[in-house]
Amino acid sequence: MATTLTPVLSAHWDEKDSWTLAAYERHGGYRGLRAALAMDPSAVITEVKDSGLRGRGGAGFPTGMKWSFLPKPDGGPRYLVVNADESEPGTCKDIPLMLANPQALIEGVIITSYAIGCHKAFIYLRGEVVHVYRRLLNAVAEAKAKGYLGDDILGSGFDLDVVVHAGAGAYICGEETALLDSLEGRRGQPRLKPPFPAVAGLYARPTVINNVESIASVPAIVTGGAEWFKSMGTERSTGFGFFSLSGHVTRPGQYEAPLGITLRELLAMAGGIRGGHQLKFWTPGGSSTPLFTEEHLDIPLDFESVGAAGSMLGTRALQIFDETTCVVRAVERWIEFYKHESCGKCTPCREGNYWMVQVLHRLERGQGTQEDLDTLLDICDNLLGRSFCALGDGAASPVTSSIKYFKDEYLRHVTEGGCPFDPAQSALFQGAHAR
Amino acid sequence: MSFSAEAGQRLAADAQQIIARYPVPRSALLPMLHLVQSEEGFVSADGVEFCAEQLDLTAAEVAAVATFYSQYKRHPNGTYTVGVCTNTLCAVMGGDAIFEELSEHLGVGHDQTTEDGAITLERVECNAGCDYAPVVMVNWEFFDNQTPTTAKDLVDELRAGRDVAPSRGAAKVCSFKEVSRVLAGFPDGRANEGVQAGGPTLEGTLLARRNNWTAPAMAAPVPAVPAEQVAAETTAASAGASGSDAPSVPAGTRERAGTVAGKPAGEATHGSQDNGSATTPPPKEG
Ligand SMILES: Cc1cc2nc3c(=O)[nH]c(=O)nc-3n(C[C@H](O)[C@H](O)[C@H](O)COP(=O)(O)O)c2cc1C
Ligand code: SF4
Ligand code: FES
Repeated sequence: MATTLTPVLSAHWDEKDSWTLAAYERHGGYRGLRAALAMDPSAVITEVKDSGLRGRGGAGFPTGMKWSFLPKPDGGPRYLVVNADESEPGTCKDIPLMLANPQALIEGVIITSYAIGCHKAFIYLRGEVVHVYRRLLNAVAEAKAKGYLGDDILGSGFDLDVVVHAGAGAYICGEETALLDSLEGRRGQPRLKPPFPAVAGLYARPTVINNVESIASVPAIVTGGAEWFKSMGTERSTGFGFFSLSGHVTRPGQYEAPLGITLRELLAMAGGIRGGHQLKFWTPGGSSTPLFTEEHLDIPLDFESVGAAGSMLGTRALQIFDETTCVVRAVERWIEFYKHESCGKCTPCREGNYWMVQVLHRLERGQGTQEDLDTLLDICDNLLGRSFCALGDGAASPVTSSIKYFKDEYLRHVTEGGCPFDPAQSALFQGAHAR
Repeated sequence: MSFSAEAGQRLAADAQQIIARYPVPRSALLPMLHLVQSEEGFVSADGVEFCAEQLDLTAAEVAAVATFYSQYKRHPNGTYTVGVCTNTLCAVMGGDAIFEELSEHLGVGHDQTTEDGAITLERVECNAGCDYAPVVMVNWEFFDNQTPTTAKDLVDELRAGRDVAPSRGAAKVCSFKEVSRVLAGFPDGRANEGVQAGGPTLEGTLLARRNNWTAPAMAAPVPAVPAEQVAAETTAASAGASGSDAPSVPAGTRERAGTVAGKPAGEATHGSQDNGSATTPPPKEG
């Protein structure tokens, strides 16, 4: 096997008390903070820039570069906001990370805040995970008691307060500007960019927004150095990241590996597709990234290669479906999700998803026509590039890619007068009956 | 305002604590809506009025926010919200069948509450537990790898008033009101209960341990060098002037660490657009 796992954030998750500060310190936790506080803040930014770390929240924007976009200090506050909204279908890495090792995130928050000159940081956690919220509140309290948070951290003269904020159920609040509106106590609707959050973010002040995994990777980068980080991954997609396997695989779960690993390699580690079945389609990075099939098993899972193959690395949320799964049913359900989560601000997304659900429903029920495929593609044309934010763009992905690879299967729904699949065959237990 | 005088006073004190967390008071609105749910089990007109008063907003402004988010209930909620994930992955793995059987078993549909007031049944969207599919959430605690049978047993226990422990969460599922109070930012002392992780979370960690796979070893902690010097060293290293800047990898790691540094450039996991040259020189043995 060419590539192996490189556990860094997940290295000690199997220890029963892994979420405690004591366990974190036992394995070198807060070494990175001590190193950072001895550095000039700008040197910390340079180190992260040099590491090549790219945002782990989906878009892959270089993290150090994002930090360096903040305008020069003007004496007013600047904020760090951690995006812990994790709601993209298939994405399930930040939640287990915060449950098992919240201190890695807290240390990352402190180092990042020091680097960018922030004295009040926020972690915006989706509200539907109460135990993760408890663990985060506890992690902040433990760090504070130990002098890692509060005034004059470790005698450095640097002050920081961290607020952990629970959302209330809305996928769109993962979009960074909608998140800011939500954190300001409003409906979560995206803002027009520019101005970008770096210039006018939370309370119209300079703000850095990063994903949980991005920030949690910072302590290791500071401790190990940029070169160490770059010794993993590919030239332009450096470092390690979580690959989250779910669905019809023998051992679904979290696999922390260098970027550029392939699904074939990951499947070998996860025991392959469940017994007696074959791979049919998969998402490389959540439901908003175009579907892949068996022909993409050897695509290196890095930003460039996945992009060149017509999809996006996204959040490395590998949802795996075998030959028992109806692609129309899968796509229909995702589009119901986008319809439900559309914030309603712009017409292409609000109306487009509504209509796509109608069309997909009638196809699944055997009331569709061949023209319905053109209708779907037309609607996607109006979504992609014409939506106000990436939620609308993302909704087009599963539709266009599934029609590209499985047009015949759509047509069978028309010619055979309904769905040719038995949902019970896809379920993990016996006796699951049809919807 | 028709909270009792006692409740009104107590909640107002809580509300002030929430407001104090933020530089701008309005940021307290979402936690405050969780707070009023912890009192009444839903966001009532009184609850809206209370938030408006505390934050100097109009009731319309508060209601506009409250109706945007799916966790805020407009009708009295059951003691337990049972949310079956029916997003694609869970639905396909059996979530649809679970929802159907639960719905039949309980005699209620989506967003409806059983007559005894115990359970509000819901379809929920992906809850970031896909590697444990099919997932059921009870008051926002994880019940992993469910089947129709386990889910029906679960609701029967809840309706019988017995304590139920989630797969990954507190020692027992708390009531909807209790959980709402936690979500308002008031810890209930249960953070150290429950497991650190479930099986799927640990797959990679344990596989790596069995195979002795590790990330490349770190050199000694980075010294506090000025930025210019770091940049200079970086250039030197990538120019291949000296292999000694590479992380010190113990002998044997070469076979183990599946990284660019740990194996020949030809095997490295480079993208198709990359030229295949390693970003760092291969480590020296020993
Ligand atoms: C609809 C939508 C949902 C998103 N959800 C998340 C999310 O849950 N978590 C996240 O980190 N980023 C999410 N993003 C991406 C963020 O907008 C943003 O790019 C990211 O938080 C930046 O952090 P990073 O650079 O560290 O990746 C979402 C984007 C969109 C358009
Ligand atoms: S694309 Fe959808 S979610 Fe984004 S602003 Fe438009 S309506 Fe809202
Ligand atoms: S699809 Fe159910 S938890 Fe992700």
